[in-house]
Amino acid sequence: MTPNKQTYREATSKYDPVLGIECHVELNTNSKAFDNAPVQFGGQPNSAVTPTSAGLPGSLPTLNKKLVESGIRLGLALNCKIEQDSFFARKNYFYPDLPKAYQISQSNKPIAYDGYLDVELGDGEVFRVEIERAHLEEDAGKNTHVGGADGRIHGATYSLVDYNRSSVPLIEIVSKPLTGAGDRVAEVAAAYVQTLRDIAIALDISDARMERGNLRADVNVSLRPSPDAPFGTRTETKNVNSFRAIERAVEYEVARQADVLDSGELVFQETRHFHEEDGTTSSGRPKSDADDYRYFPDPDLPPVRPQIEWIEELRATLPEMPAAKRKRLRGEWKFTDLEMRDVVNAGALDLIDATVTAGATPAAARKWWMGELSRVANNEGVALAELAVTPLQVAELQGLIDSGALTDSLARQALDGVLAGEGDPAAVAESRGLVVVSDDGALTEAIQTVLAENPDVVEKIRGGKVQAVGALVGGVMKLTKGKADAARVRELIMEMLEQ
Amino acid sequence: MSDLIYKSALEMAEALQRGEVTSAELVNASLARIAEYNDVVNAFLTVDEEGARKTAEEVDALRAAGEELHPLAGVPIAIKDNIVTEGLDTTCASKILAGWKPPYDATVIAKIKEAKLPIVGKTNLDEFAMGSSTEHSAFGPTRNPWNTGLIPGGSGGGSAAAVASYMVPLALGSDTGGSIRQPGAFTGTIGVKPTYGAVSRYGLVALASSLDQIGPVARDISDAAALQELIAGHDELDSTSLPADPADLQGAIEDRLAQGGRGLRVGIVDQFLGEGFQREVQENFNRAVEDLREAGVEVVHVSCPSFDYALPAYYLIMPAEASSNLARFDGMRFGLRVVPDVPNPTASDVMKATREAGFGDEVKRRIILGTHVLSAGYQDQYYGSAQRVRTLIRQDLDKAFELADVLLAPSTPTTAFPIGARIDDPIAMYLNDVATIPANLTGVPAMSIPNGVDDSGLPTAMQVIAPVGADDQMYGVGALIESLVSKRVVAPPHAIVISEGDAK
Repeated sequence: MTPNKQTYREATSKYDPVLGIECHVELNTNSKAFDNAPVQFGGQPNSAVTPTSAGLPGSLPTLNKKLVESGIRLGLALNCKIEQDSFFARKNYFYPDLPKAYQISQSNKPIAYDGYLDVELGDGEVFRVEIERAHLEEDAGKNTHVGGADGRIHGATYSLVDYNRSSVPLIEIVSKPLTGAGDRVAEVAAAYVQTLRDIAIALDISDARMERGNLRADVNVSLRPSPDAPFGTRTETKNVNSFRAIERAVEYEVARQADVLDSGELVFQETRHFHEEDGTTSSGRPKSDADDYRYFPDPDLPPVRPQIEWIEELRATLPEMPAAKRKRLRGEWKFTDLEMRDVVNAGALDLIDATVTAGATPAAARKWWMGELSRVANNEGVALAELAVTPLQVAELQGLIDSGALTDSLARQALDGVLAGEGDPAAVAESRGLVVVSDDGALTEAIQTVLAENPDVVEKIRGGKVQAVGALVGGVMKLTKGKADAARVRELIMEMLEQ
Repeated sequence: MSDLIYKSALEMAEALQRGEVTSAELVNASLARIAEYNDVVNAFLTVDEEGARKTAEEVDALRAAGEELHPLAGVPIAIKDNIVTEGLDTTCASKILAGWKPPYDATVIAKIKEAKLPIVGKTNLDEFAMGSSTEHSAFGPTRNPWNTGLIPGGSGGGSAAAVASYMVPLALGSDTGGSIRQPGAFTGTIGVKPTYGAVSRYGLVALASSLDQIGPVARDISDAAALQELIAGHDELDSTSLPADPADLQGAIEDRLAQGGRGLRVGIVDQFLGEGFQREVQENFNRAVEDLREAGVEVVHVSCPSFDYALPAYYLIMPAEASSNLARFDGMRFGLRVVPDVPNPTASDVMKATREAGFGDEVKRRIILGTHVLSAGYQDQYYGSAQRVRTLIRQDLDKAFELADVLLAPSTPTTAFPIGARIDDPIAMYLNDVATIPANLTGVPAMSIPNGVDDSGLPTAMQVIAPVGADDQMYGVGALIESLVSKRVVAPPHAIVISEGDAK
């Protein structure tokens, strides 16, 4: 794995990169694509298996209607046409984790075709990625090689096969070649997959978690000398499993191919593997266009002919798509572009939306989720949505501040209690004895103590440096364990110093 | 008691209900007959004495306790060994599956078990149901009970021979291109291919999914009807299973016999007359048609020109689907595994060695043919055009059924031929199925009925072919033919004719 001679930017200034992405989305149906075994992540190997998903002789597939429904809904969300005379085909090939020695997939009549997805980059620039097709298929099982280094088959003494994943439903979305993105092609690749994920989640057809393999992307890259030249030879980097990795893989591959072409060599058509540790790709197996899977319609399954009425029914129930929702909320909330982008990147959009719905102002909701809660989530290494606090509780916390029952500082302490599972904010405030000290007598006593301890600060303020009062307010807050009303403390200090 | 073994299944059932015999006695008689003749006939690959006796005892106990039972409860049955039976070997007569005990039951087996018919064993077949003589079994050929020097037909030779030799009154077969009807014709038994989808295929080890159909083998039509009623019906586990409720076949038989030939119009398919058909086969067919005419049936001639292309179309579609269906036999999960003697064998090495050792020549021939016809560049030329022929045949049949209620044709071009006569000539072997194949390509029901004997005393047979879903009509006409031709039909010999050199 030698480093590239030129950078990604140098490469994109010389060549026109062409991008194609194939995404596999694992669906969250209750049962498998072609039999009634449950879909489950992990679990005892081969515990979610019927004769059909084990491919036993005599077993037959039956179609899960939810699979077709998910395909149509995703197709509609991707602005696709829906095929009304679709069918399932057999894709014949031998592999130990493919129990029937064929995969049931769709061939030349996928359920959805000819669509597009508008992808927005960080700075708001939009690229339209055209979609060739979205087709339905089943997953294969999983091999575990025992005895080889890093679980690889090479050197393994035996292999274990787990069919829990066999026949788990998948949708494969194939983009058309995207051209003209120039040095933004890597960003587009990552943003495209991210947008697809958001849509799958909004449709509730998949958990779409890349780290679990619910969402897998194969990235095709080729270079050509100019936009009017024919496409160059492409490589396919398989199973890149994070958005950042997609971006890096494209960057590396563009620069690598530019090096190859610059030196007068030819790019090999092959699959490649991405390496997280150094951001490089390495050669996998050669892949020719002549793979002969001997597709033919699966005679065990009748054709799929979704009625127009059903399609329209599904169209009517589509939720608001994430991009449209972002656009609407940005307008409603009056966030700046930068604020909005941070919110989206933090995965806080829906949480803020729910917090606003529960009664908080957009600004307050954003302050909580992007501030204190982001800090906690970051410390604990979890996503915002996984924190043990609901948008309703956040709105309640803010309400306690607005009504003067808690100060910001007390509210943060109340949040600690909520996160620790002690109950709703008001209850936590009560049980933890979080009460604002607004009794001027008590405050005056504390202020006098602080003034006596900080004669130099007092001098500064009297000398006109009014902003130095913050230090004194802080001292009082510390002394009262955060229970004081900071605004009132400031007022009292100023009054006392003017005397 | 000794004569009971020669009775029909319904006669046995009546005797059971009247308390004249017990199921245990019937099963014992069946097992004794198998013990006496199976060494020569080789109809059974597996005999399940224990299981059959257990079911029989259970039936007898339930009957003694006055329980309501299925009419056929207690009547022994045999199962073609490509139908999955939980815990009992299912080999498809292939080395690659030798010793495989499935962990589940085919839907038809579940129904048979629920109705409590003792399953006495699994019958021989051409390996994976590929063949027309049962000579392609990895466990030796089955012999024809009429004369053990002859083939019993294929691929369901085991089921046909088991019924023809009175080892059991009933058996299940599978018919992809004639594998129930053609051995029926060669052994003088009734063989029925129901409408595609009328009987669930779940648990039938697939040869060609769009053509395969499980059906009954019996010695008379009423028995076949009773068995088909038992196994038919919609099955959620089979997406190609028909939604309709199974037809009242026994009722249709009674109605037709009461009505005679009146109001019935039958069509003679011109394409199945003349050239290539043995003289006596043709003569007996003509006589049966004459009998029908005399009984008041209107006889018309219909032409189905596309039938001339049925055989070639079949021999493209069948191997194409078979090549895919048989790909799962790779030595990875069940059955035979051969690890070749090479350093660091790969999964691919194991698959190749297993398939090389596990499959017989005919199976390999069809896998190679099927792989070729599906391969890039040839798919439309072969598989695609075969599918178009299929559509033409369906259209021809639709037109024919506008002119006639059912169609008639000989079941096979010839009577049973000697073992070994065609084994080295695949094309000659394939020609046996010329008259049975159109029904599989179109999904229509068809049955084979004995209609006389040839000059050597071997059975000849004819088919009744009905429109999709008209199984009841087919059974009615079949019963009428059975009653009309009975005077010329010879029952299978009680004493099996053992040809020279075949003695145990």
